[in-house]
Amino acid sequence: MNDDLDDLKSMMTTPLPDAKRKAANLAAAQEIFDRTQGSMADARPTSVTGPMALWTGVKGMLNTLTSKGGLTATTALVACGFLFLTPTGQDLWQTGAPTLFQEAGREARIAEEVANAPGNFTTPVPAPRAENQAKADVAISDAEMDWDMVVSSDELGDVSAVQGLTASAPAVKTSRAHDSVALADTIAIEQQNSENYANATPNPLKITTAEPVSTFSIDVDTASYSIVRSSLMRGQLPPKGAVRVEELMNYFPYDYAAPDANGAPFQPTVSVMDTPWNADTQLVHIALQGALPDIDMRPPLNLVFLIDTSGSMSDADKLPLLKQSFMLMLDQLRPEDQVAIVEYAGSAGEVLAPTNASDRTKILQAIQGLGAGGSTNGQGGLEQAYAVADRMAEDGELSRVILATDGDFNVGIHDPNALKSFISEKRDTGTFLSVLGFGRGNLDDATMQSLVQNGNGQAAYIDTLSEAQKVLVDQLSGALFTIASDVKVQVEFNPATVAEYRLIGYETRALNREDFNNDRVDAGEIGAGHSVTALYEITPIGSPAQLSDPLRYGGAERPATSDELGFLKLRYKQPGATTSQLIETPIINEPVTWSEANFAVAIAGFGQLLRGGDYLGDWSYADAIALANANRGADNFGYRTEAVQMMRLAQSLSQ
Amino acid sequence: MRMTTPDEDLAKAAAAGDGQAFASLLARHYDRLFAFCFRLTGARAEAEDLCQDICLALPAKLGSYQRRAKVTTWLYRVAVNAAHDRRRKSATYAKAITGWGDWENARQAEIVEASEQLDWLTSAMRGLSDDLRDTLALVLDDMTHAQAAQILDVSEGTISWRISEAKKALRKMKEKEDTL
Repeated sequence: MNDDLDDLKSMMTTPLPDAKRKAANLAAAQEIFDRTQGSMADARPTSVTGPMALWTGVKGMLNTLTSKGGLTATTALVACGFLFLTPTGQDLWQTGAPTLFQEAGREARIAEEVANAPGNFTTPVPAPRAENQAKADVAISDAEMDWDMVVSSDELGDVSAVQGLTASAPAVKTSRAHDSVALADTIAIEQQNSENYANATPNPLKITTAEPVSTFSIDVDTASYSIVRSSLMRGQLPPKGAVRVEELMNYFPYDYAAPDANGAPFQPTVSVMDTPWNADTQLVHIALQGALPDIDMRPPLNLVFLIDTSGSMSDADKLPLLKQSFMLMLDQLRPEDQVAIVEYAGSAGEVLAPTNASDRTKILQAIQGLGAGGSTNGQGGLEQAYAVADRMAEDGELSRVILATDGDFNVGIHDPNALKSFISEKRDTGTFLSVLGFGRGNLDDATMQSLVQNGNGQAAYIDTLSEAQKVLVDQLSGALFTIASDVKVQVEFNPATVAEYRLIGYETRALNREDFNNDRVDAGEIGAGHSVTALYEITPIGSPAQLSDPLRYGGAERPATSDELGFLKLRYKQPGATTSQLIETPIINEPVTWSEANFAVAIAGFGQLLRGGDYLGDWSYADAIALANANRGADNFGYRTEAVQMMRLAQSLSQ
Repeated sequence: MRMTTPDEDLAKAAAAGDGQAFASLLARHYDRLFAFCFRLTGARAEAEDLCQDICLALPAKLGSYQRRAKVTTWLYRVAVNAAHDRRRKSATYAKAITGWGDWENARQAEIVEASEQLDWLTSAMRGLSDDLRDTLALVLDDMTHAQAAQILDVSEGTISWRISEAKKALRKMKEKEDTL
């Protein structure tokens, strides 16, 4: 038998390691090796923006403290928290505070001395300390501010000293939790990164004579944009798989022509323009603008929040951010709307029974208590959330399940197929599912996308409070009120005028040609006031930019009957309807240039630069910045200004 | 000069903080390590991942290296342990299967893999239990039963028994396939 094995062994093929991976692994190992030797270099500064900057000082200090020192310092922090956050503490502060405050300061200094003391177990402490101390002070007052907001907005009225004291403890804990997050990205420790992105390879160039018809479903998700932003703000180029060009474009509100009051729920606008990155091709810009129905007349809402409270959610950019986002959203609800909260993963079960939005105190208390721990999950979280939604549903009301997670989709149904059919079944009964992603490191973008595509909802990734504001306040109505379902786009290009075409983005949304007329095939929804943009890059017949050679043995004769570029068909369903309606319009070759479309093009170019597309020639970030800057428009919310900022970051990072 | 330095000296120097020694040691063994990972996992992508795990963990493990062991033996032991960790992790992960997005990705990966023709033994080894597979992978890598026993921390007799069990299982698989 040993001979048998030898025979088999001789036939065994062993592939050689991938050269790239090998080099990367060797380099990574070397880096870790170097790091474990001797004194550690200073943490590499990253561009941390906004309120985060306040934490960097505290973070730097705590990173380098010994556990003993850290203990002293956190004690000092708690003492300061007590001082600022409790009525008792405030009294002390106003009367006898100076002594106490100095005391706290001295404690912190002692902590430094402990850390600096020779013969200590830790690595030497670098960096000037005074500055850190100053920052720690600022951070403390910042914590105070946050909790002031929380406490005052919850209208609990009788915030007793005891409550204040307990409130200060999580504040301190939060800052610690944040430390570990920030530490991870500052020194970029190689930890298991289990992020998972949904993306396909960029759409290839299609030859019109071979494949004249292009079909896709619209996409109004914005998660990709926030993920890209979060990466850039940490000083890294985003993973290529995380960049979905259509989601970048559709992140922005555009000033497209709005539909008539009595017409279709959305208005398509098609225009043709010159391609900024290729003088010999043209862009076909397809814009859909959703109607904004009278929001005041909207039916009552039933919102069920399914919230991941696993241990990993305790980072500052996860559960705490979620709580703050939640409070922003609460102001948008009407008294008759109902809210329920179900937890999963960490503690389990219904933590807030359906409650009218008018009962703010009760809701806010439930929000504050999130993640407080509890028994393990009896019933699957998702099933329970839908059960609660069913209980709340009444005729004429809208029901939505909103899942908030950092990537733990252990919602109670393990079989992917069962999960998919469960969600689509519930979708057909009118309860839609949206997903809010939080935090980085374990983000499961692929699952997020597939869940919402089946649940007719939206996927958004919340990395900052301002993103929460955009998703949950400014565009809440769009996210919750569908005005047209299963919107599909089909473009037939005219082989007499267009030699080649390429759809920019929408890789994950491609449909088969025959799916267009099949009403049973699911597609994307348009919410109230949403705008959707799609871009095709086309190469006219006879253009020097044509990449494919004409066939020697000629295809079919070109029926030169029309000089149209192509024909656009749209299908949509009225919400709740089962049969679709058709909108058709020819694409006329009359190049125009308008600011809104130009901005979309700048973003599309930016997205392709990030993805590393092959079609841009030497068009660069600088060109994208110039084009975006020239077409910023009114930009009431500042989204476009921020996009330009991101392009500049990407430009610097890519050099 | 480095090329002629014995592994054991390099490992000792690396453990004492010589970065260059660590680099040459790892470069010298990487391909072999990868081949072994491939036998343990039976899939290229997984082997790459496992190899990465090992590379990242090695600097910390260097402390556990003792001069009396051969570096290769020690490396195999690290690799087997890393593979265990990885399997345990993926078992937990599979239990909490994170929706069908993953499932779809896995399916795509399988399609890609199927196009890379695997030889019979490599694919059959995937059907073995973890213990049998680890043992067989070591023996196929020209480890003696005694060395394998040292690496896996079991007795030599256990290794011999496992190898015969593995052969039995493989034979059964082969017969089943042939009758199909």
